[in-house]
Amino acid sequence: MSSRVVPVGFLLVALIIAACESSPSPSPSAAAEETAAPTPAPPPAEGRLALVQERGMLICGINGGLPGFSFLDSASGETTGFDADFCRAVAAAVLGDPTLVEFRTLNADARGPALQSQEIDVLIRNTTWTVTRDTDWGLFAPTTFYDGQGMMVRSADGIESLADLEGATICVQTGTTTELNLADTFGAEGIDFTPLPFGEIEQTYSAYDEESCDAVTSDRSQLLAQRTTLSAPDDHVILDVVMSKEPLGPVVPHGDEAWFNVVKWVVFATIEAEERGITQDNVADMVDSDNPIIARLLGADGDLGLRLEPDWVVDVISAVGNYGEIYERNLGPGTPFDLDRGPNSLWTEGGLLYAPPYR
Amino acid sequence: MTQAGHPGHAHAAPPPWRDVRVLRVAVQLAVLLAVGIGVAYLINNLTTAMGERGLSFGYDFLDRRAGFEIGESPVPYTASDTYGQAFLVGLLNTLFVSVVGIVLATLLGVVIGVARLSPNWLVSKVAAGYVEVIRNTPLLVQLFLIYFAVLLQLPAVRDTIALPGSIFLNQRGLFVPGPQLSPTFGTWLAVLGAGLAVAVGARVVASRREASGRPSHHLGLFGALAFIGLAIGGWVIVGDAPLTFDLPVPGRFNFSGGLALSTSFTALAAGLVIYTAGFIAEVVRGGIQAVRRGQLEAARALGLSEVDTLRLVVFPQALRVIVPPLTSQYLNLAKNSSLAIAVGYPDLFKVGTTMANQTGQPVPVIALVMGTYLAISLATSLLMNLYNRRVQVLER
Repeated sequence: MSSRVVPVGFLLVALIIAACESSPSPSPSAAAEETAAPTPAPPPAEGRLALVQERGMLICGINGGLPGFSFLDSASGETTGFDADFCRAVAAAVLGDPTLVEFRTLNADARGPALQSQEIDVLIRNTTWTVTRDTDWGLFAPTTFYDGQGMMVRSADGIESLADLEGATICVQTGTTTELNLADTFGAEGIDFTPLPFGEIEQTYSAYDEESCDAVTSDRSQLLAQRTTLSAPDDHVILDVVMSKEPLGPVVPHGDEAWFNVVKWVVFATIEAEERGITQDNVADMVDSDNPIIARLLGADGDLGLRLEPDWVVDVISAVGNYGEIYERNLGPGTPFDLDRGPNSLWTEGGLLYAPPYR
Repeated sequence: MTQAGHPGHAHAAPPPWRDVRVLRVAVQLAVLLAVGIGVAYLINNLTTAMGERGLSFGYDFLDRRAGFEIGESPVPYTASDTYGQAFLVGLLNTLFVSVVGIVLATLLGVVIGVARLSPNWLVSKVAAGYVEVIRNTPLLVQLFLIYFAVLLQLPAVRDTIALPGSIFLNQRGLFVPGPQLSPTFGTWLAVLGAGLAVAVGARVVASRREASGRPSHHLGLFGALAFIGLAIGGWVIVGDAPLTFDLPVPGRFNFSGGLALSTSFTALAAGLVIYTAGFIAEVVRGGIQAVRRGQLEAARALGLSEVDTLRLVVFPQALRVIVPPLTSQYLNLAKNSSLAIAVGYPDLFKVGTTMANQTGQPVPVIALVMGTYLAISLATSLLMNLYNRRVQVLER
């Protein structure tokens, strides 16, 4: 829990270190090569893509405490989940190996500074896309999960709508859009409430579980996931209200469009693969497909400008599967969460997932 | 004077590089320069880095609408107020918990410090055990224990414990009747003032007598009785009750009205008090042990009681040793209150991090938070230094 204090102090240090890295020398590696190449300056590293490939490791900021999205699986000791798989997808595309990911657990307060100080390559941490964050934190890649804010209450309390929560104490995690939406929604409807804020996701739900608050609010997917961790999951219901739009997706630090494009198209590739019926199992056969769209996606026309290996999509799909497979594996019917695809279906099936043409 | 090693040049000025006065100034200048360069380098790095990342340094956001609610506030606050007001609420919450913490930690610390020196084996060992356990475990762990394992295990709201006098206790907090001033309050306050004057007068006379060696304990008692008598008499005389009480009433989810002491606040205050008292106890013990044994023996020889020995002989001398390290403990307590968010108390640091997060301006906000803690600490130091000057013995 010292992470409460660390990130902020860390921020100053990180900014300073970041400054040391970038301002005096053209590239982070320049200092190391100073002695080796004295005459012509080494060509400046081409942004973060080169940096990640040189490092041989993708640093991915995750939540770490959210089952279904990114959570340390006690059985395997691996970080599993929907967000974690997108980290692996990016690693597979850039490095050709989905295991070359360093997961960095960040709480809600620490993620903005982590992006601003550029200490992570990409943030995939159920982060809502807003205009302030888009301008202050970094660039938002396409939404991987369309969510909405919900409210979880104890079924014994007989609460059916938000208006029934007049005078209630509501647990909320600080540094989230949820905290602001709560004030907005309840303020607009004139409902009095007392917020009980916590910095860490674990304490937010422990406090709710111990009846320290009457309700807990967050993204609906998070509520569903966290309900499975409560002492008696069946005693809790999620109200049938959606208080806000919460498009969750990857974020990359500002100032590197090439890297932004890589992350953006990794997400699109998983969506496109699902639309074209390319799966983890059949991707090897699909490479020889007669369908020019599929062949192009899997590298028949070579690199289309992302400066990745031509067959990077094959690496991604064979590592984590297409969007539908990632979803089913982490959140689908076979899991404790059993989340309906809802808006997270392909556009051809009435959902919001739509990848631009890969050509 | 003749310098060793230079018998022949007793009065010749040494060359500048061997002149100790020149060297002293030179070393100080060099250190100052080095520190200045270091600081300038860091500041330059920060501004360069912020410029490159497109971050600006400014406090315009303080006037913008905060948009988040704060659960506990001593002053009225809603989400439509500004970030500046939100920050003020956080500051007041921090000051409140710090002041309460400092007062209670001092009381508990003195009791434990004295107990540790008690000739009673059990009392001194219990006090020693307290100090060793509390002082050697992290405060954050203690806070979690107090909040999650103790206070949240109190009965739920529906099983609230009702105490006589409309006092209610449950896992959300302690709810007591809140005093409300009525129109006759001013008159009663005047009567109360008169009572206070009598009590203070009695105390002054008592301490004069004590100084002249003729202690009189019943004078203090007289003062207290006079005060209580006037307070009750005044209450009856003014007719309408000068104070009415707003009783806590059960609502659908929790009690409303009255005065509420939330579990978050209680957990934080209790954690800070228990933790800091462990350190204060050691400071007090050290101070008492610094008083020479001869002083104690002299006090006993004069026939002073144990209490008077402590009060009149030991404490005044121990304070000289106690106050400076006590100041450090007070500063620690105020700074440790920034762990508040762990138990859901909206203090300065919590409001600050929320502001940093929502505005996307971490550097200015953190600078503001640091500056505020610095101001609180310096103000505390100043007060304690003034007090320290009073308790020091004037040495000739």
